[in-house]
This record gives sequence, structure tokens and C-alpha cells, in this order.
Amino acid sequence: MLSNPKLIPEVQFMAQVEQDSGIAVSACYQCKKCTNGCPVTFAMDLYPDQVIRLVQIGQQKAVLNCSTIWVCSACETCTTRCPNEVDVAGIMDYLKEQAIKSGIDIPQPRTYAFHRVFLEDIGRRGRVFEGGLLPRYMFQSGEIWRKLKDRELKDDLELAYHLFRKGRLALTPQGIRARAAIKKILANSTG
Amino acid sequence: MQVTYYPGCSLEGTARDYAASLTAVCKALGVELIELEDWNCCGATAAHALNHHAAIALAGRNLALAEKEGRDLVVPCPLCFNRLKTAAQALTGDKRQSYDYAFQGDIKIYDLADFLAQEPLLQLLASRVSQPLPGLKAVCYYGCMASRPPGITEAPDHENPTSMDRILSKLGVEVKPWSYKTDCCGASHLIARRDIVFKLVGRLYDKAVEAGANCMVVSCQMCQANLDLYQDKILRELERSYYLPIFYFTELIGLALGLSQARQWGHMHFVPPARLLAGVGLISC
Ligand code: SF4
Ligand code: SF4
Repeated sequence: MLSNPKLIPEVQFMAQVEQDSGIAVSACYQCKKCTNGCPVTFAMDLYPDQVIRLVQIGQQKAVLNCSTIWVCSACETCTTRCPNEVDVAGIMDYLKEQAIKSGIDIPQPRTYAFHRVFLEDIGRRGRVFEGGLLPRYMFQSGEIWRKLKDRELKDDLELAYHLFRKGRLALTPQGIRARAAIKKILANSTG
Repeated sequence: MQVTYYPGCSLEGTARDYAASLTAVCKALGVELIELEDWNCCGATAAHALNHHAAIALAGRNLALAEKEGRDLVVPCPLCFNRLKTAAQALTGDKRQSYDYAFQGDIKIYDLADFLAQEPLLQLLASRVSQPLPGLKAVCYYGCMASRPPGITEAPDHENPTSMDRILSKLGVEVKPWSYKTDCCGASHLIARRDIVFKLVGRLYDKAVEAGANCMVVSCQMCQANLDLYQDKILRELERSYYLPIFYFTELIGLALGLSQARQWGHMHFVPPARLLAGVGLISC
């Protein structure tokens, strides 16, 4: 992507990102301090500094389609250390939201499915019920079929059994009274 | 002393050991935890990853409730703490009008380890230690969320937090210095990308052992899960033969205070601490 000779800078995109997110992407001078402290670069297809640079030059498609924004663990090291106070982690979140809105295929579907299932669970009761979350995630992400095939499911079931045996698996979900308020938060905010 | 207590969802499930130990320890130190009435999930990683507005509103509802109660808010889970602090900033900033929940910022929001490491409580703790814990050599592992970004957490030293170090020193634990206090464990990637967690955690084990530790001490239930649940498997893949029990700092406080329940908490761990505790003469078995 980066070596594409036909890469044409497009300035509107950065202005839009800055306006929507309130994050001054233009302040980045490419020192790469964000990338040097990032713990998960080994799993990324673009480095954090590259994501920022590509936003600056309007490469919307490249940044919305990259795995990096999903692989980011939200550890906030980049945001903390950037000498120009660019909230790099905030940009990772902003781009995830945009990627979803734009309807593209998310390159890390399992991570996306996990977040989605988690948020749906909050919507259901106002609190997350770990015991129900994982099975739902496995079906939504299709992980169940892969895990069946390569026997990882056995690991997972063993883990669940031990969690249960050790008293660390709640069997009944806890709900809050004000579920309507939570549903409203989630309904108002999507769109 | 009374404070409002926000447990967070994990403490009702996988982190029941954290919940049990911190409740007992606070009680022993005269800190009355009053659970926030009808609290909801802070939104965790999922909400801020997918929906910024919902993330602020979910955490914000809790803040609005807590402020009505008037007491300072104590939060054991660093991720919840981080999300609540983020919402506190958003709800007192110039975009506050876009949220249905109002928060003036009249109450303080504390990370539990920071709360318990305040000087008066620390002195009280030191005076109550009945069973010092020599032989335990610990590295304190703080993880990300209680420290970063400092503009949100207001952590006094975000690259080198010391709350747990100071607490454990009062318990007679030998606290080992190391440079990985605030490195990331991979957090919620454990579910969808456990390869990432395994790699990060494997390095943390190496560095803890290199520092001379025989256990790791945490204040975060995500860190505890990542370091504890798959230790066997991760070490097998790395061809290492360490044995590193992963304690919550509150569990060690409980042991040092001689609380009768304290020995039970370790039974909930996947890496059983009994062998270590017996080895250094702290329990007989
Ligand atoms: S640390 Fe900041 S200025 Fe440096 S490359 Fe990263 S975003 Fe740009
Ligand atoms: S927040 Fe994401 S991009 Fe930034 S350092 Fe952490 S993992 Fe890397």
C-alpha cells in the first residue's frame, strides 16, 4: 500500500477526522515514538505512525480496511507518549467506528464479533454475564466450527469446567432495574 | 470511613477471588464499601471500540448515580476505573450537552490500589500486620488502565506506579524492581486473538523470573486471568518450567492481616499458590 506510486494525497479526509474526533492528527511529525512503544506491532499490518500518516494524506480506504485498528489492544501507550499529544489510540477507535459505518468487511471478524456480542449483552441486562457471553461469541463469530475442528473446543470446555469448579463461573446473570435506560443509551448512540 | 463501591461485572464472575479478598480486607481496615445502587457495566473495551458516545453514556450513568450518593467512588477494576475517569472528563468538558447524564465532578474516583496506598491507610495497615510474608519475592504488575493515559487517570507516575509496591513492602514481601510494570498483557484479546495474549504474557513471565520473583502481584482481573488461566499452556509452548502464582494484592494483604478466609482465595486460582506458600513456611500442608 505504502509503495503505491499512484498514491494521491487527499486533504478533506483529515479535516473530517479532526472535526469528528477532536484529535489533532495534523500535529504528527512522524517521530514514530507511538510505534516504538506499541506492544502489538508484531500482529499489525500497518504501524500506528503509518495509520496516522495515511490519515494525514487522505488514504481513507487503507486505514478503514487495515487490521491494525482491530489488533490495537487500547493500551494507550502511544497516546501517552506522543510528543505532540496526538491521541493515537483515540484514532484507532474512531476508525473502527467509521469502518463499521462504511459497511466494509472487517478484516478481524472475530475481534469485531467479540465486541459486538459484548455490547449486545450489556443491552440485554445492563451488566455482562461472562457465562453467556462466550458461547454466544463462538456462534456469532463461527469460532465454534474452527474450534471443533482443531480441538480447541476441548480446551475451552475444560477451562469452563475448572472455572466452575473453582467458583469463578457465575451461573445466573445479574440484571439491573434500569434496563430501559441502558437500551436507550445503546439505541441513541448507534447511527 | 465510607466510600461508594463500583465492583464491575467480572467481580461477579471470574474475579470472585478479587471481590472476596478486597471486601474482607476493606472491612478489616475499617473501610465501609457501600455498593453503588443499580450500577451498570462501564462498557469496557467493546463500547469504546464500537461506539464512543455509548461508552461515555454507559460509564456516565454510574457517575451520575454515584454523585447523588455523595461519597467518593472506589473502583477495583482498572478498566472500569479508566472508563469512569474518561466519562468524568467528557461529562465535565465542552461536549457535555450531548449526554443525558450530568456529572459535576464533586466526588473523587479512586483506583482501589491507589486508595489503599494513601498514607493514613498504609500506616494503619502496617500496624495491623500479624503474619508478615517473608520469602515472597514479588514483581508488581500494574498493567495499562490504572495509569494510562495520565491525562485521564491523573496517575502521579504513569511509567512507574508504586501503589502496590508500597503496600507489599508493609507486608514484609520482598518487592523486586523490574521494567515491565505497565506493559500490556493483551487484555480482552484473550478471547478472539489469544495468540497475542500468549506472546505478551510469555514475555512477562520471562521478565518476572529474570527479576528474581517467585510470584506476580496484580490489581486487575484481566491481567490476573491472562497470567493465571493459561500459564500451563503458555509455558509448555515456550518450553519453560516456571511456577508463578498470580496474586491479587488484596489477597496478600488478607494473608498478612491473618484473616481466616485468606487461605481459601488461593483455591480459586489456576496456578495454585499453596506450594509456594508452604515452601516459604507461610502455611503448612
Ligand atoms: S508519536 Fe505522535 S508525532 Fe510521533 S509518529 Fe506517533 S503520532 Fe506522530
Ligand atoms: S493503544 Fe494500540 S496502537 Fe497504541 S500503543 Fe497500544 S496497542 Fe499500540
